[in-house]
Amino acid sequence: MQRKHLIATLAILALLIAVPPLLKNYGVYLFSTWVIFVIATMGLNLTIGYAGQKSLGHAAFFGIGAYTVAILLKAGFSFWLGLPLAMVGCFGIGLALGFPALRVQTIYLAFATLGFNTAVWLVMRNEEWLTGGTFGINGITRPSFFGLELTGALPYYYFVLGVALLMGAFLWKLLTSPWGKAFTALRDNPIRAESLGVNIQAYTLLSFAIGAVYAGVAGALFASLVEFIEPAPFTVGASIMMYLMVVVGGAGYFFGPLLGAAVGVLLPEWLRFAQAWYLFVFGSAVVLLMLWLPDGLLSIPDRIKAKRLSREASAARAAAAAKVQA
Amino acid sequence: MTDFLQLVFSGVATGSIYALAALGFTLLWQASGTINFAQGEFVMLPAFCMLAFMAAGAPLWLAFFATCAVAVLVLGWAFKRGIADPLLRHGLMPVVVATIGLAIAARNGVRAGYSAEAHPFPSLFGDQLFNIAGVTITLADMGTLVLALALVLGTQAFLNKTVTGRAMQAVAQNTESATVLGINVPRMVFYTFAINALLATAAALLVTPTYLAKFDIGEGLGNKAFFAAIIGGFNNSRGALLGGVIVGVCENLAAAYISPAYKDAVALVLFMAVILFKPQGLLGKKIERKV
Amino acid sequence: MNRIHKTLLATACALTLATPAWAQIKLSGLYELSGAGATAGTNFKNGVELAVKEINAAGGILGKKLEHTAADTQSNPGVAKGLTVKAVDDGAFAIFGPVFSGSIMVSMAESRKAEVPNFVGGEAAAITKQGNPYVFRTSFTQDTAMPKVARYIAGGLKAKTVAVLFVNNDFGKGGRDAITKALADVGVKVVADISTDSGQVDFSAPVLKAKQSNADALFVYTNEEESARALRELRKQGYNKPIVGETTLTGQKVIELAGDAANGATAHVGLTIDAPNPLMLKFKANFYRAYNYFSDHNGIKGYTGVYILKAAIEKAGKLDKKAVAAALHGLNVKAAKEPGVIFDLSMDANGDLDRESFMVEVKGGKQEVREVLPALNAKK
Repeated sequence: MQRKHLIATLAILALLIAVPPLLKNYGVYLFSTWVIFVIATMGLNLTIGYAGQKSLGHAAFFGIGAYTVAILLKAGFSFWLGLPLAMVGCFGIGLALGFPALRVQTIYLAFATLGFNTAVWLVMRNEEWLTGGTFGINGITRPSFFGLELTGALPYYYFVLGVALLMGAFLWKLLTSPWGKAFTALRDNPIRAESLGVNIQAYTLLSFAIGAVYAGVAGALFASLVEFIEPAPFTVGASIMMYLMVVVGGAGYFFGPLLGAAVGVLLPEWLRFAQAWYLFVFGSAVVLLMLWLPDGLLSIPDRIKAKRLSREASAARAAAAAKVQA
Repeated sequence: MTDFLQLVFSGVATGSIYALAALGFTLLWQASGTINFAQGEFVMLPAFCMLAFMAAGAPLWLAFFATCAVAVLVLGWAFKRGIADPLLRHGLMPVVVATIGLAIAARNGVRAGYSAEAHPFPSLFGDQLFNIAGVTITLADMGTLVLALALVLGTQAFLNKTVTGRAMQAVAQNTESATVLGINVPRMVFYTFAINALLATAAALLVTPTYLAKFDIGEGLGNKAFFAAIIGGFNNSRGALLGGVIVGVCENLAAAYISPAYKDAVALVLFMAVILFKPQGLLGKKIERKV
Repeated sequence: MNRIHKTLLATACALTLATPAWAQIKLSGLYELSGAGATAGTNFKNGVELAVKEINAAGGILGKKLEHTAADTQSNPGVAKGLTVKAVDDGAFAIFGPVFSGSIMVSMAESRKAEVPNFVGGEAAAITKQGNPYVFRTSFTQDTAMPKVARYIAGGLKAKTVAVLFVNNDFGKGGRDAITKALADVGVKVVADISTDSGQVDFSAPVLKAKQSNADALFVYTNEEESARALRELRKQGYNKPIVGETTLTGQKVIELAGDAANGATAHVGLTIDAPNPLMLKFKANFYRAYNYFSDHNGIKGYTGVYILKAAIEKAGKLDKKAVAAALHGLNVKAAKEPGVIFDLSMDANGDLDRESFMVEVKGGKQEVREVLPALNAKK
């Protein structure tokens, strides 16, 4: 990693560790929600940002992770059994969702994933014997970590942060390895990648599966954070929101999800003073942001660099032209 | 048997509503590659615009024409110049997210600025009931179906039989060749956006009496429109009508004979089947993939 | 960007200037202002704000004014939970809302932890079965209302079989469960169980199923717009059996949206804006003057809720949350003494309300009260 990236990372880490103890309960709750969505959108960033797929069904995996943990906890099993099961389940279902991606492109794929999300939501709402239907599952307990009780807001936040750092590190390793290059090849020019020997099918399926696992982990943490789940947070609307978070942050940039999730979770909070209009301001802000920065917030450094380079180039041209005329 | 026919007929009436929203969506995608996630809101906004005009004292027909003009200006020209043009060259994602933001802003702007309640909307047709072979149909059902059919066929005729329409099709198929041939591409694209705005306003006029004017009708309607568009065929106007009708009828039959709780799943299953086995839609033509 | 900055700045200034500096009793409102519950939440909020305005104009409670803030739960239980935590952080004396039962189940755990009285607008029976000493209703529980409906169906309509049409969310399912049990208790059989979606537009299939079941009566339990659409479809398909509902079916909004199709529908209503009661008529007029539309039952819930709190604070004699909560259990408020509660009511140890209710029928586009059903524990 470049030195300035390292400094930026450490600064953000310091912020995430040092700020929450200064906040009241609600602030810690918000930060926990933010970090949970960072985990979920990291996975989506892999699928749509690095691998160039279209996925509008991410909230379904978020929900599958949450319900798996909730059902198991209610049945008396431990969180530490629920979490790996959620991950495996999401991996499998994510692989299955990848199959349509092999056959259809762009907008059709987007709507296929949207359809998948709706189907999963319908099951969550209708199968009351399993999911509690619209009544949901209440009284979900917090896990304990090596004997440490995580029922407090702050301890649970640090637990969530720890999980996020672990998953972030794993993703970083994945993306800097040859696998990461294969994913970006898949995004930029799949046919050429295939001709170079990259197994397109496998990587497509994997991009969905790995992305799904991240959403599943986030969902499991979400269930224990809110201590109650019902189908509403896992609708198509939530998937669309997650897609928005990834693109606004910067699809294909590693820290995009951090900013994107902040926009999706924290920005509406800051806008609350606008009372009834706060979501209107939020929607308008998103439109304006896209117009100004179509590649997302993290494309700002690249744009500054591009502007600087183009200025230098035109200065060089002017100098050369002056020399010719002289 | 009459029960079955009753369900089919109601489904066709509802489906023709989905078809109108789907049609504009399809046209936009074909002509400019814009995926408009705010399509449902494009139907909701003219409905409220008409309500506002009527509250100011205008009769329905005047409110409709005034709204058409406003729609072409705002949902057509402003949308194209403000959002579609600057963002399309950056690929699909920015446009999609911008229209998502637009949908959120439109929905909540109406909620905060106008009202969170549902408002009744006057119907073009009276409340008469007809009883044909044991099946009860309202005048509104028939009228909506006839008008939707007329609009779809009219759009199809416009695109196929007029010079402007064929120029628009040329732009949709191959922008470079169209430019070389001297077609004013930006203007053709603008016409597409304008037609979408007009179709959406017409949809609002026909739909809102049943749906009722509420800030959130765009969400459900938009979703159904997307599915209808894809099932019917994303590059064919008549496909939108067929897709809409199929979705409407299947929902009703599923609700009555299979399971009301899973009625939405039927449209989904159909949709997935179409995507996997006939991705160009039931009436669409196969598109070659460029390498 | 400049435009947004200006708007944000202007709004922030306006809001800081609007907050009175001497307000002392903090009421935090958690309302569904967007999403599926927007209509209910907005009405509830408007009712609360009207009551707060009236009380402050009359000098406040125990000499202190009320300060009310409203926050949008987006009809999302996760958000509602967070906002409850925030309200507690901000030092709320009492919390008003949410209205939707799903959000209430989550937020009341937080208000219980913080020992803050929480006045909710939900009707699901489970709310007061959790042993939470800090939750208080502002309307009937479905467990109280449904037996009254069942008694009307069995006794008044003399029906032996009923078809139940309900909306597939926690409100509708809770009601369906409650009415099925209540009907079984009076010996009436439910022969059709028809689920519909929130926001459903086409009711031909559910109505057809109701007809095919050949039941003696139809019980409809959906939200406002869906009720209007259902009534219109029932009229269209020529349904001629009695149509009965609970609260939502004969609401003012439904009558407005369904037009003629609403005539003949009957419902049990806990709170109706058209009750033949001078205090209710006064509230109806005041609400209309303030907000330019007629309140629904949620507005009445919010309004009376604030006055119930006032009565409890005055009974406890001091601004202590624990004491006020204790005063609320077993509280009896007479409308003659506290006109803001409109009807005499009593609050039991679980936080459930008891007061009179009405059987109404829609005639000529208006709600007409056919029968007044006294409170279960009426003290005369």
